[in-house]
Amino acid sequence: MFEYDPVLYSRILTTLTLAFHVIFATLGVGIPLMIAIAEWMGIKRNDPHYTLMARRWARGFIVTVAVGVVTGTAIVLQLSLLWPNFMRAAGHTIGLPMFMETFAFFFEAIFLGIYLYTWDRFKSKMKHFLLVIPIVIGATASAFFITTVNSFMNAPQGFEIVDGVLTNVSPLAAMFNPATPTKISHVIITCYLTAAFILGAIAALNILKGKNHVYHKKALHLTMVTGAIFAIGTAVIGDLSGKYLHEYQPEKLAAAEWHFETESEAPLILGGILTEDNEVRFALEIPYALSILAGGSTDTVVTGLNDFPADELPPLWIHYMFDLMVFIGMYLALVSMIFVFFNWKKNWNAFSRPLLWAVFAGGPLSMLAIQSGWFFAEVGRQPWILNGIMTVSEAATTSQHVDIMLLVFIILYTVLGITCVVVLRRMFKNNSVEHELEERGIVHHSKQEAN
Amino acid sequence: MSYEVVGITVLWTFLYGYLIVASVDFGAGFFSYYTKQRKKNHIIHNIIQRYLSPVWEVTNVFLVFFIIGIIGFFPDTAYYYGTALLVPGSVAIILLAIRGSYYAFATYGAKESKWYSFLYGATGLLIPASLTTVLTISEGGYVRIDNGNVQLLYGELFGSLYSWGVVILAVVSVLFISASFLTYYASRAKDTNALNLLRKYALIWSFPAITMGIVVFFLLNKRNPEHFQNMVELWWMFGISFLSFAIATYFIWKKRNYGTAFILVMIQYFTAFFGYGISHFPYLLYPYLTIYDGFTNETMATALIIAFIAGLLLLIPSLYLLMKLFLFDADYVEGKKSKVL
Ligand code: HDD
Ligand code: HEM
Ligand code: HEM
Repeated sequence: MFEYDPVLYSRILTTLTLAFHVIFATLGVGIPLMIAIAEWMGIKRNDPHYTLMARRWARGFIVTVAVGVVTGTAIVLQLSLLWPNFMRAAGHTIGLPMFMETFAFFFEAIFLGIYLYTWDRFKSKMKHFLLVIPIVIGATASAFFITTVNSFMNAPQGFEIVDGVLTNVSPLAAMFNPATPTKISHVIITCYLTAAFILGAIAALNILKGKNHVYHKKALHLTMVTGAIFAIGTAVIGDLSGKYLHEYQPEKLAAAEWHFETESEAPLILGGILTEDNEVRFALEIPYALSILAGGSTDTVVTGLNDFPADELPPLWIHYMFDLMVFIGMYLALVSMIFVFFNWKKNWNAFSRPLLWAVFAGGPLSMLAIQSGWFFAEVGRQPWILNGIMTVSEAATTSQHVDIMLLVFIILYTVLGITCVVVLRRMFKNNSVEHELEERGIVHHSKQEAN
Repeated sequence: MSYEVVGITVLWTFLYGYLIVASVDFGAGFFSYYTKQRKKNHIIHNIIQRYLSPVWEVTNVFLVFFIIGIIGFFPDTAYYYGTALLVPGSVAIILLAIRGSYYAFATYGAKESKWYSFLYGATGLLIPASLTTVLTISEGGYVRIDNGNVQLLYGELFGSLYSWGVVILAVVSVLFISASFLTYYASRAKDTNALNLLRKYALIWSFPAITMGIVVFFLLNKRNPEHFQNMVELWWMFGISFLSFAIATYFIWKKRNYGTAFILVMIQYFTAFFGYGISHFPYLLYPYLTIYDGFTNETMATALIIAFIAGLLLLIPSLYLLMKLFLFDADYVEGKKSKVL
């Protein structure tokens, strides 16, 4: 029925692998920071609850790291197998940060091994805390380096093409391209945000299930305070990302906003549907907001879709991806700020069931925002793999059998994903917080309020 | 030395590093599974766990480093090998994925499972077998290129004696390297029972390892006479390799100097691996690709080499710390230090 098209299958397989990897990668970047904060609080407040928190988070973390590592290895091999032409060009131009990323992994892997097995080995707790710092640095550095590669794909620079040959390469210019600042900061802070919300969701769920140990309240409070900070940061940097798009990838912004006519005082369109003749229906319009997002003032002229060659436009459904991401961003900021505020007002109840449910929902939603954000960014770059330089179909493999490989990898990721969840659940069910507190002889603090 | 030679030397060294650390890891997985079947697992279980737990992730990074490095230094390899290796490469990915994640699931998931340990043991032998396909293909004759399209000739690959020889060599080498390292580790841990069993394994696999080395050497003569000729010219390297093997086996047999014996095994494989690599020079893929055609531009090469040196300055102290805490710390090795997570 279908004609075999290696380009299409390669795209689907790449999407699948990246979307699966990024779940674990995001946690892999974010959770070390949360572990570090918890362990630090444990030392500073001399509170064994926080230390136990760091310990339990680290134990769950290792399982997600394992999946992150294997899927990451899959990506590197797969990029060469599926996009040989792209990797050849990338090797010439943007190989440096990819190479440096492996050092970041190395660094992180070594200290992770040490950290996990030295909890009770040093006399001074501070010494053990110091071991988590290289893990945080290594994880964030790997996000930094790989995101420069992705920035380069969006705003390639640092080389010249003379008669089809790449020359005059400047690896640093390629690495620090116009997309780099906003992209890196947005990716890294959303990793932190998501990690905070996933851990917060677990704490909220435990309290909802009726566990009332103060440990869970402390965990929730810690994750929501950090979550609120990261959520505000995310929105600010997200706004800067919009300004970047306006300047360097206006077609992506226009597609995200279904913005057809070039004009100033452009409105922001939320939701809605697009009719056959490109009319927007049932959408919420916020006047001037698109001009403000793009350039910071109402009189910014935003280029419309009609002014771009039709064959260079990304699919218009990325509008929904963008809206979903922004909506979730607002939601996360709101929920975490409400929680922190309620908790701060001593006589307001921050642990009411509706609020706990709202916090819990934030966990899966933040991961959904990561996914929709990436879909928006990557699909919005279509048809290019290297914006303006190389299209996706030029880059793809010509190999047979990509379809079978796709099937095999679908099975692999399904099995891995399910086992990962099962293992994590069993790990924490068999060894509940209450049980572990008792086992380690940590006394119950009489103070019930977390702060 | 030209940039090309520096680049390939760095990468080859890392591949050698992977060969050693991964062999220890792969073999350990197999021994662990095998002894479970024979109900002897309690004897060596602790030794294997204590060594592997802190280092498994580091092993994987060696491989990633090699792949990223070769794409950085020799971007054209991505094109040639990338297209040809879709299926074998994907098989290797899947095996690596299963192995890595199920190891973590079994170790930290707090439940012993026959199924996990089977996966762990079986992948330990299948991964080296699938990864060596790359070395086999590099000898030439297994890929066809018509007007820019690279194709792997499966019939040729599966029907050739040489390619099966390499697979068997890889598997027996893994078992030999692993057993000789674990013998040393058990002797440091003063664990006599484990030592006796592992020493037996090391001796059992020593003979097949060296025999297959010699067999593959002669099979290559038929496959790629030019490469074979170059290897014969480097006879002294393979001589050192054989000598190291003989002394190492002698030590293990005589129950002494296990540490030296393992270092000699490392030398055995170092000289053989570099002898093979140097004689392969300058081809990355006979007869299509040499290190000179596929090289990256000079600016990138300089940048990569600088990054490499800076990276090493960061890594060597960290690796030293890792080894100090887990390999050379007698109390840890003997299991006297708690290893609770
Ligand atoms: C928890 C996840 C999350 C949340 C809440 C947000 N984002 Fe986001 N966004 C991402 C996660 C993300 C991401 C997954 O990290 C992306 C995908 C590619 C990238 O560079 O970052 C991204 C990309 C991305 C881009 C495209 C950049 C590009 O293609 O170069 C823009 C314009 C925004 N975001 C803007 C926003 C705004 C205005 C938000 C309002 C609060 C927002 N994001 C919330
Ligand atoms: C921006 C999105 C990405 C982020 C934030 C990210 C981050 C991470 C993290 C945190 C890990 C787990 C490793 C660990 O914790 O030690 C990981 C693994 C890995 N990632 Fe990704 N990654 C991203 C996308 C990619 C892409 C596109 C590639 C391929 C070029 C890639 C290559 C790898 C590799 C090779 C590993 C395994 C490394 C190892 O063996 O330790 N990542 N990544
Ligand atoms: C981890 C974060 C990332 C995610 C989740 C992600 C997601 C995606 C998605 C969904 C696509 C499919 C787009 C389409 O087919 O229309 C895609 C394409 C692609 N991305 Fe990314 N991407 C990430 C980062 C990167 C990075 C850092 C690289 C570079 C090393 C990269 C390389 C590619 C390639 C080669 C394609 C295939 C071409 C295409 O179909 O557009 N991605 N990615």
